[in-house]
Amino acid sequence: MSDYNMSHLDELEAEGIYVLREVAAQFERPAILFSGGKDSICVTHLAKKAFAPARIPMPLVHIDTGHNFPETIQFRDDLVESLGVQLIVGSVQDLIDRGEVAEETGFNASRNKIQTPTLISTIEAHQFDACVGGARRDEEKARAKERFFSHRDDFSQWDPKNQRPELWDLYNGKHQPGEHFRVFPLNNWTELDIWNYILRENIAIPSLYFAHERRVIRRAGQILAHSDYLNLRPDEQPESLQIRFRTLGDLTITGAVESDADTLEKIVAEVAAARKTERGGRMDDKRSQSAMEDRKKEGYF
Amino acid sequence: MAQGLLRFITAGSVDDGKSTLIGRLLYDSKTIFEDQLVSIEEASAQRGTDGADLSLLTDGLRAEREQGITIDVAYRYFATPKRKFIIADAPGHIQYTRNMVTGASTADLAIILVDARAGLLEQTYRHSFITHLLGIKHMVVCVNKMDLVDWSEGRYNEIVEEFRDFSSRLDVPDIRFIPISALKGDNVVDASDKMPWYEGPTLLHDLEHVHVAADRNLQDCRFPVQYVIRPQTDAHRDFRGYAGRVAGGVFKVGDEVLALPSGISSQVTSISIGEKSVDKAFPPQSVVMTLANDIDLSRGDMLVRENNQPESAQDLDVRICWLSDQPMRPGARFELRHTSREVKAVVKEVVYKLDINTLHRMEDDLSIGMNDIARVRIRTAAPVLVDDYRRNRATGSFILVDPTTRLTVAAGVVYT
Repeated sequence: MSDYNMSHLDELEAEGIYVLREVAAQFERPAILFSGGKDSICVTHLAKKAFAPARIPMPLVHIDTGHNFPETIQFRDDLVESLGVQLIVGSVQDLIDRGEVAEETGFNASRNKIQTPTLISTIEAHQFDACVGGARRDEEKARAKERFFSHRDDFSQWDPKNQRPELWDLYNGKHQPGEHFRVFPLNNWTELDIWNYILRENIAIPSLYFAHERRVIRRAGQILAHSDYLNLRPDEQPESLQIRFRTLGDLTITGAVESDADTLEKIVAEVAAARKTERGGRMDDKRSQSAMEDRKKEGYF
Repeated sequence: MAQGLLRFITAGSVDDGKSTLIGRLLYDSKTIFEDQLVSIEEASAQRGTDGADLSLLTDGLRAEREQGITIDVAYRYFATPKRKFIIADAPGHIQYTRNMVTGASTADLAIILVDARAGLLEQTYRHSFITHLLGIKHMVVCVNKMDLVDWSEGRYNEIVEEFRDFSSRLDVPDIRFIPISALKGDNVVDASDKMPWYEGPTLLHDLEHVHVAADRNLQDCRFPVQYVIRPQTDAHRDFRGYAGRVAGGVFKVGDEVLALPSGISSQVTSISIGEKSVDKAFPPQSVVMTLANDIDLSRGDMLVRENNQPESAQDLDVRICWLSDQPMRPGARFELRHTSREVKAVVKEVVYKLDINTLHRMEDDLSIGMNDIARVRIRTAAPVLVDDYRRNRATGSFILVDPTTRLTVAAGVVYT
């Protein structure tokens, strides 16, 4: 019977491909939310596999805070070109310029919170009825309750106490006009699964994930990349450290870890031995016990 | 050997020590991270709880933390060198039966927790019955809190005896019993030295070694077409591939297949996963197949073997669990989703409603409300290609969707 055994990565891959095909089959205007991070890169890789030899039948949508690592943007553009898919950019800066959102001020100012209105306005402008994201249930406790097809009302809100039941792999994507779904093909993956899969499939990822030397600031137990977007306190001094990023988000809030892992094999070993969660380095989650649940209700990724 | 995957559900109320058990599995398998533990300890201290309250790890929603209860299914992950595990942590209260049904629908195994002091309770029967109804073939009954009954072999045997008596009425082929103390860690990950009279494996050992691959149906070839791939690019001008997840049996390149409902035969010319060609496909793989000739085949259709076909039926005898807070209206119409197929359907008759605490059939009160489990007869507008749920979970299950609200209102399993 060993001929019919599947490794857990094979099973997770089969599940993710199935979910992506359901999206293409059930929705009229689906899109993949692409952040340039490893999870959305994995989603895009699964989508490539799901529809081969055809092109991915949905555009990639990038919500651009303007505070990007330049490497991420270069990576995104190269990937889009190689896949031959459409790229749609929702710009936080545009919303700020139009006066639709106001920027936070102060030392811990970030554009994380105003990504949400930008995402919602992009969804409305393009009338997307499904947005595929790379979120995983193991990331955060509010996400542990996520469905594969997660319903959003016409204000893009998530109602965690009243989610649609989801049984077997029978996903119900039916909705009223103006409502949409967030879809999470990687729900059952862990951080280690992602890295093992990237290693197995030899998926290209931005160089930021590998250990490199960088000018950084230490703040509240975190290591943040030094950049023009970060407001320094008088007592803060940039220093050079050998670091890598475990997640990639807005430059101002993405914490780095000190690391010598400069190959995928070393990253897998490091993640397997890690004693802190990857979001432990994210300032956006530290605001309260329910920070993620509150942002998700409003329509965050 | 590659690390496989086991999906299991834990059932029981907070009082049975379910959160503690999950916390113990995560903690002893070194899955709880430092910052999670610190965050839980801080939150526990704020609430005035002694030590780290491990249930805070699983109860993720604000309302759940406030009320100290589990409302919705939460999914937890841990891995050992032997296997990766997905835990569906389902709430135990009767008003959340639908959430337990949801968690059970994808599980290979169920852990039923019993408090050694209290013995079998209504909810033990309810959870065991749902396990049986949802076709889970492996059940591990953990008799918990053995530390509070002086590690008594006699008490343990009483409970095992009582459970066996009840479970003879259920169709669960593999039922195991383990005396544990989730709080102290006995027989969860490490063997207990307090109960030398118990010679069986620990819970984790069972979870690592239970054989679930044989539960997949490798006999009856079923390939519901999910999506048709037509690249229409210069490189693949004439390519036409049928994408889907194998729901049963083994398909090989060169096999003769029959397309349903059209009844047209063809031959499998290629099978691929992504850009890689493979020579066979089996459940639950997601693949693309090409056929020797262009036939009428699209989403909702199924490829099978001529000598082994599902039942093509419009009148279905089914068990449903009602999921909506709006009661079922007699004669109401629904959209029925079965594999990738969708048809209109109407509930013609409620045969009986089940008292899931006693398993008694209620034939007088046939009103169906949230969390009710009932046997009903359904008529569909077009034939659906079904198998008995006990033989094939993928082709024997369906959901009902309300055409107005668009909500999933019922889950059902077909008995042929």
